[in-house]
Amino acid sequence: METKIKSACETCAHFNAEGLKKLGIHTDDFDFVVALAGNPNTGKSTVFNALTGLRQHTGNWPGKTVTRAEGGFEYNTQKFKLVDLPGTYSLLSTSEDEEAARDFILFGKPNVTVIVADANRLERNLNLVLQILEITDKAVLCLNLMDEAKRNHISIDERTLARDLGIPVVPTSARFNKGIPELIQTISDIANGTIVCKPHRIKSVPDNIDRAVKKLTMEIEKEFPSIPNSRWIAFRLLEGDTQIINALKSGELV
Amino acid sequence: MNKKNIDSIIELSNELRWQIGDDFHDSLTESIYADASEIVKDTVQSDTSNKRFRLDAKIDKIVTSKAFGFPIMFLVLGVVLWITIVGANYPSSLLANVLLDTIHPALKNGAASINMPWWLSGFLIDGVYLAVAWVVAVMLPPMAIFFPMFTLLEDFGYLPRVAFNLDALFKKSGAHGKQALTMSMGFGCNAAGVVATRIIDSPRERLIAIITNNFSLCNGRWPTQILIATIFIGAVVPESLSSVASLLAVIGIAVLGMAFMFTVSWALSKTVLKGEVSTFNLELPPYRPPRFWKTIYTSLIDRTLIVLWRAVVFAAPAGAVIWLISNIYIGNETIAAWAIDSMDGFGFLLGLNGVILLAYIVAIPANEIVIPTILMLTVLVTGTSGGAGAGVMFELDSMNATGDLLRAGGWTLLTAINLMLFSLLHNPCSTTIYTIYKETKSLKWTVFASIMPVILGFVVTFLVAQIWRLIF
Repeated sequence: METKIKSACETCAHFNAEGLKKLGIHTDDFDFVVALAGNPNTGKSTVFNALTGLRQHTGNWPGKTVTRAEGGFEYNTQKFKLVDLPGTYSLLSTSEDEEAARDFILFGKPNVTVIVADANRLERNLNLVLQILEITDKAVLCLNLMDEAKRNHISIDERTLARDLGIPVVPTSARFNKGIPELIQTISDIANGTIVCKPHRIKSVPDNIDRAVKKLTMEIEKEFPSIPNSRWIAFRLLEGDTQIINALKSGELV
Repeated sequence: MNKKNIDSIIELSNELRWQIGDDFHDSLTESIYADASEIVKDTVQSDTSNKRFRLDAKIDKIVTSKAFGFPIMFLVLGVVLWITIVGANYPSSLLANVLLDTIHPALKNGAASINMPWWLSGFLIDGVYLAVAWVVAVMLPPMAIFFPMFTLLEDFGYLPRVAFNLDALFKKSGAHGKQALTMSMGFGCNAAGVVATRIIDSPRERLIAIITNNFSLCNGRWPTQILIATIFIGAVVPESLSSVASLLAVIGIAVLGMAFMFTVSWALSKTVLKGEVSTFNLELPPYRPPRFWKTIYTSLIDRTLIVLWRAVVFAAPAGAVIWLISNIYIGNETIAAWAIDSMDGFGFLLGLNGVILLAYIVAIPANEIVIPTILMLTVLVTGTSGGAGAGVMFELDSMNATGDLLRAGGWTLLTAINLMLFSLLHNPCSTTIYTIYKETKSLKWTVFASIMPVILGFVVTFLVAQIWRLIF
């Protein structure tokens, strides 16, 4: 009796994407909501197209996506709705696109947030990544434009990065569809709770501020024990963000 | 949830805010950067002798330099238009051959053989079908060449460099530098350009960008410019120079549009939309070699066919309207003849004619159908219909035939020049008007943005006509 031994590739979850069905814009009933965030010009729209099979217009200039595009895909009989957010460098100011992106992550409560970053400019991109990780703990870093990074002789230790950030890191070259199956698998794992993230929280905060933040965070957690981003809300309250104060009063944040 | 507790949280936050002082925002930002740099230190290794960044910087030094920036911009625009003008000729006449010379008579014969009443076959075949066929024959070839080339430039990363070059000019006009990007989008489609103004944060500068976007020649107007320039401007110079002359004329109109954009932006920012110019960071993204075939494919599918479809959708009812107004009589005259007669005097003042003005009214839904409408109406008033009947288009197989027809309609070089000017300076199409309303949510600014260009168009064409008639 001889059983054919499957190769390592064949047993891997990433091997066949036969569970994948691109749904285009047909996202009527869905099991999960996935947000797509990131700096401008990191290829978010290209990742969006690769995941949904849509042809959202892409172009090599920052600020390409101004309208929120939505699409979807089906993976292992679960339906995912994907929302392409406007590209921003930060979530701390109040321009229209930054607010749109922040509000969706905060109030839209996506099941997974995919943060697309340019592997060539990781340090600058991490500014936004770290801010998003204060708001949500269900995120994956899509390290895009790996083909360019390779040409630029930039190498990134993805495992260490994933450990430091506390979220999965998936290298991709979305223009060539590379890494997309792995990204889909990771999105599905986070949505279903197979992967649990322990996101990095901003560390290098001066002591006096840190004490104030801790005190405020404790009070917030006392009132809202299940809130995932109490520390971030504390940051915003200390900044005097009226929108967050109002949201807190109206109970929108819970 | 207890309201009292929440109030006490907010109170505590106010108290703490006083304690930690003003520099909270900056400290937080600094902490984020410190964390980021620490993470990167452990995970990223880069070869410092980075050749590609240096190549990008070298290209940027040239294409954004004071000396070469503008010439290169015009050269790129010129090459794109040149290829469009030269390349569109052949497929255009081929399509006209098939759609107008072959299929149209076949349809007419078919209708006659099943005894279709004349008014029904006239309405459907001479009205709806011909208008659609004309739009396809005139519009498809230039669009199918222009859009892919524009998209290739966009994917390569040239647009932000254009924005960089124009930034200083926009700033001097009291507008936002990012308006250069929305202007470029407007060269594709004004409605898209208006939506793209969302990248401008300041409401004042955004409004300026919305109002002046119409001065970017959109794809509905490029073919009009190219066609009229080829027929009339190209004809006044020796044949060997005719493509160059028409090319320069089209570039001239596009540049004039930009000049109007700066002037009107400046006037607005000095009067009703006063305010400070805001500063911003413009990122020059790395040059990326476009994925050639994929870009060609998607720009054909997404831009060309969608825009063409829109033109067809608007052309079909317009064709019907044209056929109806040229076959319904009030007294001895058709509605169209009556309208053209009554507008001819005003048209003459502007160096245009009643046909053109009526065509611009019929074509408010889409700029794409201006030329087909003008041709259909010209056939009607000149009566050179070759026995095909009122409101039926002549079978035009080449640009020469189009030119002959227009000259028979009393067109001169002045008419052509003023049509090109009026095509640049007139109300936005209805889609754009609707988009402006959606983006500004202000009836006042929508009306202003719609009327102001027409008034400018009247003034400019009037002045040109008067000066022209004084000189010649």
